[in-house]
Amino acid sequence: MAAIALTALTKEFPGGVRALDALDLSITDGEFFALLGPSGCGKTTLLRTIAGLESPTAGTVHIGAREVTALPPGARNVAMVFQDYALFPHMNVQENIEYPLRIRRTPRHERAQRSAQVGTELGLAKLMGRRPAELSGGQQQRVALARAVACRPHVFLFDEPLSNLDARLRLEARTFLKRLQREVGVTTVFVTHDQAEALALADRIAVMEAGKIRQVGTPREVFGRPATTFVANFIGSTPMNLVPGDVRGSGVTVAGQRLDLPPALADRLHDGEKVVVGVRPEYLTLSAAPDGAALSGQVSIVEHLGTSSLVTVEVDGELIGATVPEEDEPPAGATVWLRPQEGRVLIYRASDGTLVSA
Amino acid sequence: MSRLTTVDTPAVAPGREAALAVVRRILFYVLVGLGTVFFALPMLWLLSAPLDDTPTYAVRLPDALTLDNFAEISRNRYAVSSLVNSTVLAVGTMVLVVVAAALAAYALSRARVPGRDALLYLLLLLSSVVTGTAAMVPVYLLIYSLKLIDTHVGVVLVLTGGLLPAAIFLLKDFIDTIPRSYEESARVFGASPLQILRHIVVPVARPGLATIGVWTLVQVWGSFLTPFILLSNPDKQPAAVLVRTFYTEGGSPDLGLITAFSLLYSVPVVLMYLLAWSRYGFRFHGGIKS
Repeated sequence: MAAIALTALTKEFPGGVRALDALDLSITDGEFFALLGPSGCGKTTLLRTIAGLESPTAGTVHIGAREVTALPPGARNVAMVFQDYALFPHMNVQENIEYPLRIRRTPRHERAQRSAQVGTELGLAKLMGRRPAELSGGQQQRVALARAVACRPHVFLFDEPLSNLDARLRLEARTFLKRLQREVGVTTVFVTHDQAEALALADRIAVMEAGKIRQVGTPREVFGRPATTFVANFIGSTPMNLVPGDVRGSGVTVAGQRLDLPPALADRLHDGEKVVVGVRPEYLTLSAAPDGAALSGQVSIVEHLGTSSLVTVEVDGELIGATVPEEDEPPAGATVWLRPQEGRVLIYRASDGTLVSA
Repeated sequence: MSRLTTVDTPAVAPGREAALAVVRRILFYVLVGLGTVFFALPMLWLLSAPLDDTPTYAVRLPDALTLDNFAEISRNRYAVSSLVNSTVLAVGTMVLVVVAAALAAYALSRARVPGRDALLYLLLLLSSVVTGTAAMVPVYLLIYSLKLIDTHVGVVLVLTGGLLPAAIFLLKDFIDTIPRSYEESARVFGASPLQILRHIVVPVARPGLATIGVWTLVQVWGSFLTPFILLSNPDKQPAAVLVRTFYTEGGSPDLGLITAFSLLYSVPVVLMYLLAWSRYGFRFHGGIKS
C-alpha cells in the first residue's frame, strides 16, 4: 500500500513528441484513480512511466516514501494488467498466476498455496489447469487480475482493463473490479478512454489532454463542474451543450435569446464579454408552452436512449440537446421551450475555455 | 467444370458441350498423370534398385530381392562413419545456428537499431556468397590460416556463417509477431532479460525455432561443396561427400551401393520433415511478406 507522487514529470519521445508535459499529480494511499482522456493524450505513457517501462525525460516518481524514478520496473513493487492481459500462452492458469512468485523465488509449496487461494477468490478454481487460449475474455481478464493480486504489490496499474470485453461483460467486470479493489485496498491507477467507466469506478479522475492534466476531481465534480470546455465535451454519455453567447447586463445572449446569468457570477464577467454557455441535456427541462426564461426553438431530431430520449432542438441555427422521459417526446418540427434547471448553467470564457466560478 | 460451361452457354448443343468437357477432363488427367510419373520415377528407382541384386538405371520390380547392397554398406570402410560425420556436422551447425539466430533475432526485433532492415537484407544477400562457389578460395584460405582444415569445427563454422543470416531473417519475423506485452509484463514482475528469454520468448517462439532447426539440419545434411573442399580425410567426410567415391573396381558407378546408401541417407531427412510437420505444421511466419 502506498501513495504515488509525480512531480514535473516530462516525457519526450525521439522525434520531439511530448507525451507528458511537466505533469504534477498525487494519488493517495488506497485510492482508485482513473486517468481519462482521448487516445494520444499521454495517459498510457503516464501509466508506463509509473511502472518503469518508460523512463521520464525530466521529473520524479515517488511510490510511498521511495523515489523510484531510476529503478527498473521489477524493483518498484507494482503489478500491471495490460490491455491484452499478456497471459503467457504456454503456461496454464496456475503457472501464469505463479509466475511473479517464481521470479521472486518463493518456495514451490507457498506458490501453489497462494495461487490456489487467489484463484478461488477470483472464481478460477475450476480453470487452473487450462491454457489462456481455452478461456473466455472475461476469464482471461480475471486470470490477469489474479496474477496481479497474487504478487501482493503496493500499486496496481491497469491499462484499459475492460476494453477487450464485449459490452455486457464489461459492466459485470466493472462491478467485479471495483469490489476487488475495495477488498484488497491497494492503490490503483487505471487508464481508460471511456468516461462512463471512469465515472463508475474511480474515487478520483484526472482528465488528460495533450500530455497535461486538465482537471482532477471526484466523478461528481468532474461531471457536474467540468473545469474546461474540453472536459465538458469529453465527460457525459450525451455530450454537453456548449453554445457561444455574449454577456449583457445580468443575462447572457444565446442564439439571439436571453438567459439569466447565475447571480454569483455577475460581477466576475463584464458586459459584452464572449462566453460559452454549457448545460447538460439532462439538466434542461423541455416544455411545449412558454416557460419563464427559456430558449425556444423547433424540434429537429428525436433519438431513443431507452428510458429517455435525446431531443435535438434547433434554436436560431444552434443545435441544443435535451433529454426527456420516454413516451414524452415532442413531434418533430414542434416549437418547444428549453429551461435550464437551477444552478446547472456553467459559463466558460470563450478566450481560453476555462470555467468561470464564483 | 462441366457444370460451369453448360451454365455459360445453355442453348447451344448441350450434348457437344458435355462431350468436349469430358475430353478436356481426360486430357487434364493424362497431363497430371505424366507429371506424376516423371517425378515419381526417381523415387521408385531409389526404392527398388537397392533391393535388386543386379541394379540398373531402369525402374523395375527386382528379379530377386536381396539385402546384399545394405550389407555392402557395412563392409565399406567409410560408409557408416560418414553418416556419423553427417550427423555431427548437421547437429553442430543446427545448435550453433538456432542459439545464435534466436539471440540475434530477439535483439534485432526488440531494439531500435538505425538501418536495421537494410542490414538484414544486406546480410541475407551476402550469405549466399559465403557458402557459394565464388567465395570458396578465400574461405579455404581463411580456414587454412585458422588451422581448421580437415576439422569438423571448420566446416560447422563456415556452414553456420552461411545459414545464419537467413535464419535470423526468418526468426526475426517470427519474433516480431510475439506481443511485447508478454515481456513487459514479465519485466514488471521483475524478470531479468535472460529470464524473459528463457521463460517467455523461447517457449512462445518454439515453433519458429523448431522450423529453423529442421531447416538447418536438412541444409547441412545435403551440403556438398563446403565439406568437400574443407575435408580431405575420408574418415571425416560426411555422407554427401562420400557417395561420389562409390565406384566398382572397373570404374563404373556401383549402383547397388549408391542406391542403398542413398536410401539410408535420405531416411533421416524425411523423418525430420514428418516430425516437424506433425508437431508444428511448418508455420513459416513470413520472411516473404513485404
